[in-house]
Amino acid sequence: MPRNKLTRGLLLTFTLALILSGCGGTKNNNAAGGSEAGAGNTEAATDAPAQKVTINMMHLWPAGSSAQQNKLVGQIIDEYQKEHPNVTIKQEVLENEQYKNKLKVLSASNELPDVGITWAAGFMEPYVKGGLFAPLDDILGGAQLKDKFVAGTTEAYAVDGKTYALPIELNISPIYYNKDIFAKHNLQVPATYEEFKQVVKTLSDNGVAPIALGNKDRWTGSLWYMYLADRIAGSDTLKKATNGTGSFDDPGLIKAAAEVQTLVDMNAFNKGVNGLSNDEGKSEFMNEKAAMYLMGTWELPNFTTNPDIPQEFKDKVGFFKFPTVDGGKGNINSWVGGPGVGLFVAESSKVKEEAKAFVEYFVSKWGEESVTTAGVIPATKVDTANSNLPQLYVDLLNELNNASSITLFADVQMKPGAAQVHLDMIQALFGKAVTPEQFAAKHKEAVEKGN
Amino acid sequence: MAKVMSNKLVIALYVLPSLLLIMGIIYIPIVLTGYYGLNQWDGIGKMVFIGLDNYKELVRDNAFWQSALHSLLLALFSGISLIGYLGIALVLSGKIKGANLLRKIYLIPMLLSSVAIAQLWMKIYHPTNGVLNSLLTSLGVDNPPSWLAEPSIVLIALFIPIIWQYAGFYILIYYAALKNIPESLMEAARIDGANPWQIATRIKLPLISEVIKVTVVLSVVGSLKYFDLIYVMTDGGPNGASEVMASYMYHKAFRSFDFGYGSAVGFFLLLICLVATYLIRKATASKDTIQYS
Repeated sequence: MPRNKLTRGLLLTFTLALILSGCGGTKNNNAAGGSEAGAGNTEAATDAPAQKVTINMMHLWPAGSSAQQNKLVGQIIDEYQKEHPNVTIKQEVLENEQYKNKLKVLSASNELPDVGITWAAGFMEPYVKGGLFAPLDDILGGAQLKDKFVAGTTEAYAVDGKTYALPIELNISPIYYNKDIFAKHNLQVPATYEEFKQVVKTLSDNGVAPIALGNKDRWTGSLWYMYLADRIAGSDTLKKATNGTGSFDDPGLIKAAAEVQTLVDMNAFNKGVNGLSNDEGKSEFMNEKAAMYLMGTWELPNFTTNPDIPQEFKDKVGFFKFPTVDGGKGNINSWVGGPGVGLFVAESSKVKEEAKAFVEYFVSKWGEESVTTAGVIPATKVDTANSNLPQLYVDLLNELNNASSITLFADVQMKPGAAQVHLDMIQALFGKAVTPEQFAAKHKEAVEKGN
Repeated sequence: MAKVMSNKLVIALYVLPSLLLIMGIIYIPIVLTGYYGLNQWDGIGKMVFIGLDNYKELVRDNAFWQSALHSLLLALFSGISLIGYLGIALVLSGKIKGANLLRKIYLIPMLLSSVAIAQLWMKIYHPTNGVLNSLLTSLGVDNPPSWLAEPSIVLIALFIPIIWQYAGFYILIYYAALKNIPESLMEAARIDGANPWQIATRIKLPLISEVIKVTVVLSVVGSLKYFDLIYVMTDGGPNGASEVMASYMYHKAFRSFDFGYGSAVGFFLLLICLVATYLIRKATASKDTIQYS
């Protein structure tokens, strides 16, 4: 039957086509072939600049919540593209938590963007160990960036003597406060923890939420615990406990956990902290419903340069250092903070050389422009000769220069598994689901487990 | 043509593309997940084969069993709410005024994405500015709870939007099934003097029993692997009080970088869903299916 034959013929053709296209697909996806082609491109690009190159960049400054940073990234990319017409830089912007998640998903399939953002120490260790980040020592020691970084900032990004990312922020975490609310209740900036508790009590008695906090994100509550631990047990004890050379059993650290619960009992935080995200917590402060807000200096743009926030509010924002605790070992000039985020280049990137060149350019430009445009403190040295800087910014920069020690955020410093336990325990501590002793025991167990 | 269609080779060729596709995107990943569960793996670096260690740890892991309990509670809760959906569908399929409008109203949550629903309900539940607590305060409640921050009530606070979200879907299924029943049957019953209650329980329900079975399986299995709304609204918090199996799997794999363990949880979740499906089919199996005739 001719019809039968025709059908068979068609089917055969179809199947063949399917198989062939399948083969073609695997060939194209072949990683070795791809990277060879990529290397070829790179060489061609350095020889003949006309070669078109696209660099994918993923970052975490959405225009909504980090307007100034977002603007600055766009500005630097524009400038770079103007100077390098053959280069196109594509941005992908995600919000902090989503960013972290996507990074992990992408790295599981080895599809990291050419340039992206990472945190230091424990956070980036799995990525470095998995060979996903390219070492950046050549541009760190290169013409544009040599000796530009503040001492101690790039070290947090080094693993086994190689630097895998370049920091672009340097942060400390002050307690921002609303001067108006303080004045209304005749409050002074507290110098000691006792005074601080008095302030909390007065505000709470008068129906004002003393502290804005969104602890659904958990690292936010961690800041409070870290400061209390630092002030009571001292920064060395805290550092040693988090990196595993010491122990969370230290009585000072247990007392710090107990103090967190004392604050909770005093209604120091806005209602329902464990159910609110950092953004929701922050809005309590921005809406002047809460008097204080402990957060990193990456929030500075919102209190200085961001044009979307009314000047009237910005003028009300002041800051003070976390007060010392009587009998505690901590120093008032010791801070929780550290280099914020840094830029990495993906090891598997097909445009690695161009990406590195862009990162080099980006970091040096960011150092120059982040101060004035965004009001962010960069990890590179700041030229304070510019007299137009907002006072809040200059004051904090001076504090940074006087810092006696900076303790890196616990969840960044610890290895991922232990960091998760720490964060979960923080939420439990604020929710009074654990005692300070259980809190310490869980930490000890997690740090000893070592992953 | 009929000859072609009955040719074994042709049948195989026709089935092959979709078979490959289904194998590739469903069955092979399932097997791989089970295999990853046998390894210690952070998702990036080298896999180390550790046999059944992950599964053994899983059996002893209190946090996992707690999340499993939450999933089961959700399954139970949505199973019970099916009765409500069925009731609404029965009413809507009867001749009541405004049934059309009501049907559309019930369907609206289904049209929203989970994230939008989560955002909406987060606003409702906000401890100080939320609609719910503002209402409670104005009614004279001094200290309304922070719905998403209190371990004892967070689960129920999450279940309500989930029930709300799926109401339209199940009502629609029941409604369609009820509308399919020939009017003549009811008419005959009415002539024999049956009241509406009798018509509903003796005629309508038995006739759509197959559909009900399907929805029970759908809602139970759907609840066991539920993830999105909980992830957005509480992220399993506070302190694991709203953790369900799927979010636990996610946290282990992607937050703690314990991909092997996460895979083990995922595989276990699959087994639980299979067992649940089997049990439901077993429990609801009837020897003779009733059909319209």
